[in-house]
Amino acid sequence: MFTELNSILNTTPDTFTQGEFVLLSDRQSDASFLIHHFLSLYLRARCKVWFLGLVQSFNHYSAINQRLGVSLTQAKEKGQLVFLEGLNESLSVLIPQKAETGSPAMDFLRDPAVGLKSLYEFVRSSVTGSGAADGAEEWGPPVLLVDDLSVLLSLGVSVGAVLDFSHYCRATVCSELQGNVVMLARCDGDGEEDEEDDEGSERLLKGLTHQCSLLLHVQGLPTGYCRDIHGQVEVCWRRRQADGQYTQKKLFQYKVHDKGASFFAPGTSSAVL
Amino acid sequence: MAAPVSSVGKPSAQRLPFNNTSFQKKTRSKLISIPGTRPSVQNGQLLVSTGVTSLDYLLGGGLAVGTVLLIEDDRYDSYSRMILKYFLAEGVVCRHELFVAAAQDNPDDILQELPAPILDDVAIHKPMEQPRLSCEPQDSLEAMKIAWRYQHLPKVQSALASSSRFGHYYDVSKTMEPEIRQAAKCHRFYLPEHPAQSSPTHSTMLESYSALLKSLQEVINREGFDVAAPMSNSRNILRIGLHSLGSALWGDDLCCHDNPRNGHALTTFLYGLRALLRSSLSVAVLTVPSHLIQDRALMGSITRLCDNAIALESFKGSERETNPLYKDYHGLLHVRQVPHLNCLASKLPDHKDLAFKLKRKQFSIERLHLPPDLSETVSRVSRGELAGASTVASACGSGTSGNKHLDF
Repeated sequence: MFTELNSILNTTPDTFTQGEFVLLSDRQSDASFLIHHFLSLYLRARCKVWFLGLVQSFNHYSAINQRLGVSLTQAKEKGQLVFLEGLNESLSVLIPQKAETGSPAMDFLRDPAVGLKSLYEFVRSSVTGSGAADGAEEWGPPVLLVDDLSVLLSLGVSVGAVLDFSHYCRATVCSELQGNVVMLARCDGDGEEDEEDDEGSERLLKGLTHQCSLLLHVQGLPTGYCRDIHGQVEVCWRRRQADGQYTQKKLFQYKVHDKGASFFAPGTSSAVL
Repeated sequence: MAAPVSSVGKPSAQRLPFNNTSFQKKTRSKLISIPGTRPSVQNGQLLVSTGVTSLDYLLGGGLAVGTVLLIEDDRYDSYSRMILKYFLAEGVVCRHELFVAAAQDNPDDILQELPAPILDDVAIHKPMEQPRLSCEPQDSLEAMKIAWRYQHLPKVQSALASSSRFGHYYDVSKTMEPEIRQAAKCHRFYLPEHPAQSSPTHSTMLESYSALLKSLQEVINREGFDVAAPMSNSRNILRIGLHSLGSALWGDDLCCHDNPRNGHALTTFLYGLRALLRSSLSVAVLTVPSHLIQDRALMGSITRLCDNAIALESFKGSERETNPLYKDYHGLLHVRQVPHLNCLASKLPDHKDLAFKLKRKQFSIERLHLPPDLSETVSRVSRGELAGASTVASACGSGTSGNKHLDF
């Protein structure tokens, strides 16, 4: 949990807006440090968290959150965290064995054309089914985190299927259960050059930006590589109010440390001043 | 020992074991026992050397076990192949096991070209002192002689002790002697030897890739590289070298078409490879002919599915070969991606202007900087030429203030 980001977003573990769909995106940069912020934030806020870790192993997330002061193993044992480790599950599908093992959640690997229905079914059944468990500890609103969506494109799933998945998740978790959804989408294009070229990750980013209520977009510095400033993050709130929708944008530069990240207004890095 | 309950003895007796444990915490004795590895200074991950010392430095000390290094080929695939050979040679010297897969050349050919190690202080293993297989019948006799607490230590350790240091130097002008090479255990995967199976593999992955993935998994399970496998004393590292992945010879059409039919085959394979590596004691280096791949976005997603990524851009055949600015170097090296494994902040390189050169005996990566202007008449001419390449010159001009060579 990065306290500076919390004050920017005006959230604390005790007070955070419910029913939000947060999109983390990046372009030629790496926004994955933000997913750890949200994971530790919601675990501290005593939410029940579903994490679809598709790109890294559980150990990776566990090691980082240990440094941020949250133990994923404990949260898992307590039942607060449900972790789907995509890498582990995928092996039994990618290397066909005699006995069919593996969770049905990763069925899309077998035939990407089917779409992400099975993955959504996994989310829906475990999110809606969790309330019935009695005798366990009471947890706050459900939170779904996905790291990351663009790897699904690399595995052959179509953009439309991913957008459907995110929409269904938003409808279930945000609207029905008043929980939060955080998704990470990564993009490599230059953005300006290939506008007409309707390429996958670009289209995904546009579609998700349309759906989200809070957008954190990470970019490299426009002036080039710098060792002390790792990039800039654009925070964009999109709120619907009685008199229509209004968006508010703020730009910050950031630097990732060993145990967190610092955010500052452009040009006010301690390396420059 | 147990009797004294004096007020002085008690706290000291409590403090002593505490001191011991806190002192030993960082060393991770079970991991250190593998020769040719060392824990990272930053996050305690187990590192292996790539064989090129300056590349190790660039990657933050070495390659972390369980990660993939992607090398984007230079145009003629000569330097990327050299790094791959360095990587394999380092494995041979450290007695790691190798897995070499290729579609173009026979893996045996690649293995025969490994550079010769410069082993000044290292005792070279003579074929007669291969202790692994030959002296097994004598084991029971020897076991009686040595102290019981040394029994479970691997026998090879004494022979390897000198060559278990991290990173070696190699002489690329000579090839490795066959007896050193044959001492290492090597698994080969040569695509033409694997006939196409008509198994119902899943649709996005090509048969060649799934055969490769399958044989990798077999090796990892059979030879006990799996982390989940029961701990034995002789843990070893599997070094995986995959040559020219994604080229047409693998049956892939990434390089041939603008809109490849199997656009997701390589990425799906890399996803499976990452899944395999993360759960085993192995490390992979793969080369991809990226200059043939038209789709930049596809290359981006390939890069993201690897942990480290560097690109080589050789001057061969380009006009830069004759540019006086680059006369000391053979090509440029771009760092595309640094790993973010198990840590938030990764070690970023100090600067991105890097070049590589192949000296008579050694491949090395250096910081790119301008050559000194020694004679006045020549310098006028070269300045004029440099003005043409003003973008590069300005990028280098900023870097000339605090020059330091990368290799040491």
